[in-house]
Amino acid sequence: MDYATALGKLAAANDRIVVLTAENRVPIRGLPERLGDRFVDVGIAEQTLVGMSTGLALRGRIPVAHALAAFLTMRAFEFIRTDVGVAGLPVKLVGSVPGILSTANGPTHQALEDVALMRGIPGLKVFCPADVEDLVLGLGAILADPAPWYIRYVDRPPAIRHSTFDLGRAETVRRGTDVGLLVAGALFTEAHDAAVRLASHGVSVRLVNLRTIKPIDEECIVTTAETTRLLVTVEDHFRTGGLYSAVAEILARRRLRAPLSAICLEDRWFRPALLDQVLENERLGGSHIASRVTAALESKDAH
Amino acid sequence: MTPAEQDGLRDLALRVREHVVRMTVGGGCFVGASLSCADLLVFLYARYLRISPAHRTAPGRDYLLLSKGHDVPALYATCAELGFFDVARLGNHLGAQDDLYWHPNRRIPGVEFHSGSLGHLLAVGLGLAYDARLAGDPSRVVVVVGDGELDEGSVWEALLVARAQRLGNLLLVVDRNGIQANLRTEELTPLEPLAEKFAAFGCAVRGVDGHDFTALDVVFRDAPFAPDAPSVVIARTLRGKGVPSLEDRADRWFCAFTPDEVEELVRELHGRAPAGLTSAPLVVR
Repeated sequence: MDYATALGKLAAANDRIVVLTAENRVPIRGLPERLGDRFVDVGIAEQTLVGMSTGLALRGRIPVAHALAAFLTMRAFEFIRTDVGVAGLPVKLVGSVPGILSTANGPTHQALEDVALMRGIPGLKVFCPADVEDLVLGLGAILADPAPWYIRYVDRPPAIRHSTFDLGRAETVRRGTDVGLLVAGALFTEAHDAAVRLASHGVSVRLVNLRTIKPIDEECIVTTAETTRLLVTVEDHFRTGGLYSAVAEILARRRLRAPLSAICLEDRWFRPALLDQVLENERLGGSHIASRVTAALESKDAH
Repeated sequence: MTPAEQDGLRDLALRVREHVVRMTVGGGCFVGASLSCADLLVFLYARYLRISPAHRTAPGRDYLLLSKGHDVPALYATCAELGFFDVARLGNHLGAQDDLYWHPNRRIPGVEFHSGSLGHLLAVGLGLAYDARLAGDPSRVVVVVGDGELDEGSVWEALLVARAQRLGNLLLVVDRNGIQANLRTEELTPLEPLAEKFAAFGCAVRGVDGHDFTALDVVFRDAPFAPDAPSVVIARTLRGKGVPSLEDRADRWFCAFTPDEVEELVRELHGRAPAGLTSAPLVVR
């Protein structure tokens, strides 16, 4: 099932749901006709999108607001923080083409700090689904949750059959013991490919799809740290403030000594290109991740 | 409006102004802006809005959103005088035990939403107005903005969308006191011709003397002015209105006074001699 179909079904069953967009219609094709006045397109106006969603939520609605991730989380940041965040209203913010999915658009469209910004807002939760199936599996629970949420939209086809969604719990896909791959978001496909490659070379991988970065499944991360020799976070986000930071915070707070490496976008924007080329340029493809994990294991074992 | 009703509003506004002046003691407050919109808030709450303490959460009520949040002393005082909460509570202003601080928050009965960052609440009001129409509720949504606040692009962005959505139940009231923070609007970023700007955005616009209850009554009797477009009232006001030594002064925006000065200002408000202020005028930025 695609996202628009899933959202349409949820909206049909619950008239509190209002779907809004700042002229970002790709993820929600078909919904304007189905929802009538419960669909609003404000035009290219992200601040008004968030402010209007706030007003709708004050009247008891569950607004699901769509815009490109970069513009939603940055242009409208203060509206999210000050209106939605301070009031703790159940507004669901859906950011399109986050991370590497902005492909050839260029740095204006690269949301590589969106998770850092959103998880820094008190009470605002963050969902980073692995692919479209994972997104659809989590959508119902997230719309039913009374908190504000940021959903890092992804339309990639699923790499695996995902397990049922349990809000706040990670999905542990493989249970190896050499390396723990902690993954959030669209690079799950590549991380899964890397895990298969590593296994064929005798490296056993514990592969975890975090699903939500806030709340984060702390027990799953602790278990992974305790049962593997190396933790590697995988995310299409800057190193600062995303999954790597969240895992490091947990290790520090729990006083756990565990080697931790990051596969992420380092402190720069990526070269715009189509997706396969971005994965190649940034060494984020499955074979790249496998060889980077192998190198990290060797480097760690050399100490 | 009968002369008796006018007298009633004037008495109410005078009490609100006295509360505002008293809130300048110690830590102070944004007294200039609060006095400029005091008559507007008194008129809207007492004569126009269908809101009362008993029905302050009813879905079909009217809404007032104070987007220029720094003039909240006037809102606190108006809501207290009209029975939304106990007048004695105004004495808790800036006290650690209460929530009456320099910008509005929803813990104060009568305050619909928090503000303080300018340019936010027209968009929030747009959501309220849209949903009221969707739900078939008769609610009218009044958003009060300062004229300086109109520098924020988000006001105009929200206005474009309000027009596109044909929200005839949304009413923008501009407290046009001519001064923003420490400078006159027309010397910094000129707004005029302001009515023409709103008209060009497709709004139904009216101007009014924001201190004349009879004139306000005439204008708001017809408000909102159009069934399928947002309405705008440009209320011409005077910063510091009612206390001559604070009136129309760019340097009397945020003020903190000594208890003795406050008593002199209260006497001045009631028509006595001007207060001899020694506290230095405050230039915030």
